[in-house]
Amino acid sequence: MKTFLTTILTDADYQPVRLLSLLRKIQSHYQHIPAEAIDILADALHIPRTQIIAVVEFYSFLHLTPQGRYDILISDSITDHMLDKENLLGYLSSMLKVKLGEVRSDGLVSLNNTSCTGMCDQGPAGLVNGLPLTRLDRPKIDEIAALIAQQRPVSEWPSHLFTVNDNIHKAGLLLDTPIEKGAAIKSAFSRGLPATLEELDRSGLRGRGGAGFKTATKWRFCAEEAAEQHYVVCNADEGEPGTFKDRVLLNSHANQVFEGMTLAAAIIGAKQGFLYLRGEYLHLYGKLQSVLQQRRSAGLLGNNILDLGLDFDIEICLGAGAYICGEESALIESLEGKPGIPRNRPPYPVTSGYLNQPTVVNNVETFLAAALIAVQGGDWFAGFGTEKSAGSKILSICGDCAHPGIYEYPFGITIEQILTDCGASDVLGVQIGGPSGTFISNKEFKRQLAFEDLATGGSFIIFNNSRNVLEIVQNFTHFFAHESCGFCTPCRVGTALLKKQLDKILDGHGSSGDVVELESLCQLVKSHSHCGLGQTAANPILTTLQRYPDLYAKRLKTISYEPGFDLDGALAIARRMAHRNDAGAHLSQVED
Amino acid sequence: MTGTINIDGQNIPFEEGQTIIEAATAAGVYIPHLCHQPGYTPHGSCKLCTVKVNGRNCSACTFPAADGQTVINNSDEQQLDRRRITQMLFVEGNHFCPSCEKSGNCQLQGVAYHLNMLDNHYPHFFENREMDASHPDILIDHNRCIFCNLCVRASQEKDGKNVFGIAGRGINKRLIVNSPSGQLQDSQIDVNDCAAHICPTGAILIKRTGYQVPIGQRIYDHKDISEVALAQENDNGQD
Repeated sequence: MKTFLTTILTDADYQPVRLLSLLRKIQSHYQHIPAEAIDILADALHIPRTQIIAVVEFYSFLHLTPQGRYDILISDSITDHMLDKENLLGYLSSMLKVKLGEVRSDGLVSLNNTSCTGMCDQGPAGLVNGLPLTRLDRPKIDEIAALIAQQRPVSEWPSHLFTVNDNIHKAGLLLDTPIEKGAAIKSAFSRGLPATLEELDRSGLRGRGGAGFKTATKWRFCAEEAAEQHYVVCNADEGEPGTFKDRVLLNSHANQVFEGMTLAAAIIGAKQGFLYLRGEYLHLYGKLQSVLQQRRSAGLLGNNILDLGLDFDIEICLGAGAYICGEESALIESLEGKPGIPRNRPPYPVTSGYLNQPTVVNNVETFLAAALIAVQGGDWFAGFGTEKSAGSKILSICGDCAHPGIYEYPFGITIEQILTDCGASDVLGVQIGGPSGTFISNKEFKRQLAFEDLATGGSFIIFNNSRNVLEIVQNFTHFFAHESCGFCTPCRVGTALLKKQLDKILDGHGSSGDVVELESLCQLVKSHSHCGLGQTAANPILTTLQRYPDLYAKRLKTISYEPGFDLDGALAIARRMAHRNDAGAHLSQVED
Repeated sequence: MTGTINIDGQNIPFEEGQTIIEAATAAGVYIPHLCHQPGYTPHGSCKLCTVKVNGRNCSACTFPAADGQTVINNSDEQQLDRRRITQMLFVEGNHFCPSCEKSGNCQLQGVAYHLNMLDNHYPHFFENREMDASHPDILIDHNRCIFCNLCVRASQEKDGKNVFGIAGRGINKRLIVNSPSGQLQDSQIDVNDCAAHICPTGAILIKRTGYQVPIGQRIYDHKDISEVALAQENDNGQD
C-alpha cells in the first residue's frame, strides 16, 4: 500500500487540496479507504485524520468499508422510476445474488441506489465502477450478470453497455453557432478586454446554473479585487435531477467551454482554472483531458496564449457523489479537499473563493455563451430572448415524451410549445428546474421559461396523467434529505423531518393537523436554511400542496389525531419474543 | 466603518468588523445562540441567532453589521421559529434532562427555557448513539451532541491541537476523534484543554465533577440564559 500511495501522492505533488482526487484513486484501487491509507495520507499531507474521515463520509462514492470489486449503483431519479427502475433493480439484485445496499459475501459485487446520474434521457441508468450504464433492461442485466460471473474486468465489457448519446433534438442560438478554436480569445484581445467585458454586460447574460446572477457583474467584481491570485472555476457538478445538458456540452462543445473559461481568466486576471466535473461523468474525464492537451499544443492554454501574453491553464477535478457541491461555495470547499459544506456569505467567492482568493464560478453553459458573445458581440445575444432574460436556454427534457434529450430555446418560450416539440401528450404537469424548482400543472402551460416567470437551470421533467404526484414529491423529498450536507439545523433535521412527515401522510397515518404541520415545517426549512439546498428542499411539497391540496387531503384519515407511528407494528418485537400472533397480541391503530 | 444599527427599535452602535451579534451583545441585547461563542471563528450552523436584516433572514453570528441596518430579533414569529429549531435539536439527539449531569448548566436546556419550550413537538429520531468513556478524565456522550462545532474550534484555535472533527452527511453527522483508535483516550486531549470544557450541552463532560453543584443550585435553575450569556460574553469580550 505504501508504494501505491507514494505514487499517487507524488502525482498529486503532496498537495492537501488534492485530497478528494487521492481518495478517489484509493477507493478505485482498494474498493474502500483503508484505515492504514488514512494514516499515511494524514502524515504525508500534514492534515488531521479527522479531515480525511470527514471527506470519506461526506461523499457517496467513498467508503470506509470495502465495496464489491464490481460496485453497481442504480440511478434513483424519478425518471428512472418512471422507466420501471424498481423492477429492474429487483431483477438485478436476484441475478447478482446481492441485496440492495449490501456487498455480496464473496466481496465480488455490491449494489446500491445513487442520486440521479444525469442520464435521464436514456435511463434506466446506473454506474459500474463509476462508468455509466444506460437504457438498462433485462437482456442487458443478464449480460452484466454473466460478465461479472466470468469476472471480466469492466474495461473489457462490450461498449454497447456504456453508450451515451447526446440526443440533441433542437439546436438554437448557442448550439447552432460554432466558433473556431481561439476565436473568442482573439476577438477579446483585438477588441480590448474592458470593451469585451462591456459586450458581455450589454449581452445581458445571466448565470445559467439557475440563480441568474449577471455574468459581467460577477466578472467585474472579481477583476476589481486586488489579490495575489484570481481563479476561474467551471461548475460541471450537474446534480439537479433531470439535468444532463452540461454532459452534452462537455461531450461535444468542450473547446468552447474551455475558451469561455480562458476569456474569463483574461478579464479577471487568473492564471489557473478548474473544471469541477461531477463524479458521475467520469466517462468524460479522459476525453476532456485530451481536449485540454490539444489546446495546450495549439497554444490556446499554457504560457503566453496565442502570443497575447496571457498565461492560463485548466485542471479537471472530479467530484465523488454530492449534490451540494453544485452550490458554488461548497464546490470551492470540495476543490480544497474538504467536505462540500457551503460557506458563510459574505464574503462571496468573487472576493474570497478558492484558497480565499477572488474566484469566478460559472456554469458550463455560461462559459459556452460567454465565448460566443466575445465573438458575436453583446447586441447579437441580447437580440434573442426577453428583456430580462437575454439569449437562449438549453434544456434537458426527460420523462413522459416521445423524444427526450436536449432542446435549446430563446427565453420567453411557452411550456406549451416545448411540450409540442418534444412529443408530450396527456400531460399532468411539468417539474421545471428540477426538484428544487417548481411543479406546474397542466393549467399553466401558457407560462414562459424566463427568469421573470419560470426560471430554470435546465431540468424539465414531464409527467403524464398516469403518474402519481405524491410519489414524485416523495422521491424528491427523500432526495433532499439524502443530499443535505447536515451543516445547519433547519436543513439537517428539517429535511429528515419532512421525509418522516410526508411518509407518515402517504403511508396513511396522517390526520388533518398533519398537512398543516407539514406546511409549517416546509416554511421553516425554506426560510432558515443556510444555503439553496435547504431553501428549496421543501419546494416539491409546497408547489404541489398549492396546486393539489385534495391529493394530500385524500390520504388523511378522518380522525383528528393519528399517532406518528404504526402502533401494531411497534409491537412486532414483543410478539416475536412472546411467540404470539393471536388477535389479542395485536392492537388496532385507534379505538373503533 | 462604524455606525448604528437598529435592533427592534433600539439604536445600537457598532465598530468596524463586528457582526450583528457582537454589536448586540455589547449593547446588552441578547440574541439566542448555541454554536456562537465570543473569541471563536463564527460558525453559523445552529441558526438560532437568525434575525431579519432589512427583511431578509441572516445569521447574526456571521453577518457583518452595517450602518443603517434594520434588524428584527424579537418578534413572536421569530421566537416560535427558534423554539422549533431548538426542538429539532432535542429530537435529533437523545436528551433526557432529568438524568443528565449537565442539567441546569446546559445551554441547550437554557435556550429551551428561554424560548418557553414545553414539549418536543417533532417525532423523536431515537438514534443509536454511543458513548466514549475511554479517557480517564473526560467523557463523550454522543447522544447529546448538537454539532455546534465548538469543541472542534476550541481544539484548533485555543489548544493548538486537532482533537475533534465532524464527519458524516445530513442526519448522519457525527463527532469524531482524531486518534488511531478513534477513542478519546488515544487522542492528544488534556483535561485542561478548552475543548474539554466548551461543550454547550452534556456531550463532553469532565468525569467526577457532575454533581459537585447540586441540581437546583445550577446556573439556569435561577437565571435566564439571556442574562447569563450577556454577562459572561461581555466579560470575555473585555479580556
